[in-house]
Amino acid sequence: MDFSVFLQPAFSGGGTYLDWVLSGIKWTLLVSILGWVIAFSVGSVLGVMRTAPLAPLRAVATAYVELFRNVPLLVQMFIWYFVLPEIVPEGLGTWMKTQMPMPEFWSAVLCLGFYTASRVAEQVRSGIQSIPRGQTEAALAMGLTLPQAYRHVLLPMGYRIVIPPLTSEFLTIFKNSSVALVIGVLELTAQARQISEYTFRTFEAFTVATVVYLLITLAVIVAMRALEHRVRVPGYIGTSGK
Amino acid sequence: MTRLPLVLASSFAFALSGCGDKPAPKPKTEAPAATTPATAQTSDTLKKVKETGVIRIGHRDVSVPFSYLDDKQQPVGYAMDICMKVVDAVKKETGRQDIKVEYVPVTSQTRIPVLVGGNIDIECGSTTNSVERQKQVAFGPTYFMTGTKLLVKTSSGIKGYDDLKGKTVVYTQGTTNERAMKAYNDEKKLGINFIPAKDHGESFLAVDTGRAVAFPMDDILLYGLRASAKNPADFAVVGEFLSDDPYGPMLRKGDAAFKKVVDDAVGALYKSGEIEKIYAKWFQSPVPPKGINLNVPMSDALKELVKNPNDTGVGACGKMKC
Repeated sequence: MDFSVFLQPAFSGGGTYLDWVLSGIKWTLLVSILGWVIAFSVGSVLGVMRTAPLAPLRAVATAYVELFRNVPLLVQMFIWYFVLPEIVPEGLGTWMKTQMPMPEFWSAVLCLGFYTASRVAEQVRSGIQSIPRGQTEAALAMGLTLPQAYRHVLLPMGYRIVIPPLTSEFLTIFKNSSVALVIGVLELTAQARQISEYTFRTFEAFTVATVVYLLITLAVIVAMRALEHRVRVPGYIGTSGK
Repeated sequence: MTRLPLVLASSFAFALSGCGDKPAPKPKTEAPAATTPATAQTSDTLKKVKETGVIRIGHRDVSVPFSYLDDKQQPVGYAMDICMKVVDAVKKETGRQDIKVEYVPVTSQTRIPVLVGGNIDIECGSTTNSVERQKQVAFGPTYFMTGTKLLVKTSSGIKGYDDLKGKTVVYTQGTTNERAMKAYNDEKKLGINFIPAKDHGESFLAVDTGRAVAFPMDDILLYGLRASAKNPADFAVVGEFLSDDPYGPMLRKGDAAFKKVVDDAVGALYKSGEIEKIYAKWFQSPVPPKGINLNVPMSDALKELVKNPNDTGVGACGKMKC
């Protein structure tokens, strides 16, 4: 094994192979974090809709969840990138393909975001539904409206309860971001493959990628633990580590 | 992502075979396999084939007409026909007539790791024999000569490489064309926006849908892709040769016995003149799946190779003579 390969000048672009790795890390983080922003916001809304006492809302949210979590991520990636521009009005499609800045990047962000949203929605729903009915009834009896009951009672408790599974989803989005390489996002895995092709140092390239993914996910775990600890409510799950 | 295990498996093979150490000094012409003792112990393909009764051939899916899937999803093509002659020779050499052929699809990116890792014994496709690649693998006699040109839409008005300034270009990852195009872009400061694709079909799609204006690839493959398009007149192959690309069957390095069988089998095919029939079948007659005739006569370079078979790779500069 010879890691000095990363200090050699890269084949093109002017930098070293280490610059390729750093650029890969940048895109991995950008795709994952922007994807998570979408996933968390959309997923929360959908999760609430799935518990709402209104059948049409529940139906819409259920349809979304089943559609997005049952189609393989790889297929969804192709649909966002290759199919969507062909089915929207032609002017918009042409804009998406030729003028839109970084089309592969934004396709990847939207794809990961909306896919993960379906999974977040299920976590949020299970969090809300795990709260005893009595709490909703008590909130309503005190004169809160239903939205207020969600805002002040159900969601604050629900989110705390599902911090551990949400942590898993958050970790998964970093790992799933590697799927973006199929539509040409040069994120960490794509860069590792590219380095191995140019230098034939497969082992070194993927060792570095593996270590970086581990560091990213460990950092996420530490941050989520800290969050869990900070917002804990005594007597509930989600208070692990006291 | 089924490729990852393969890549990892082959990476271990790299480590074991000593390829992970300092790269060998650049071979000046062909790399005679027998003189690379560092990798000699890694494989004895003939022995393995004799013991298992199976030879594994790596093929491509859209390298028309060299190695691709026909309408029955069977691998066919010019390179496959040549490799079948190699299989016959292997049967004779091992004394086993019952040797079975297993076909393994490979891509531009996986072909070298899969071969080095032992998952295939020979790759029959559209692989450029380059001095760079000879550090990792060996090649049989060159069976085709081509070079990099550009596939563009006729309506784009692009005539050559310098028209690509500031435009988006798609390339297939892991190809020699990718390197040639990037080197040219750096040299001429064209400021091209590159997008990578995983196979030729996807690169073609990027040009077809307008995501990229051009696709640099070996011209013969571009003619093949153009021929299989819905409306071939929409596409044009333009530009001078940006690089030379001699194709040959790819073998594991350091396996002199197997290389000799391959060299002799292809040599006999050239000597007997049978190669002309095979050539005519794939380049001057209608080929599956759509019955299109590429109509490409044998080039002088290839005629010369048939007379004097060799496995000289293209140099680091992208040309046969650097």
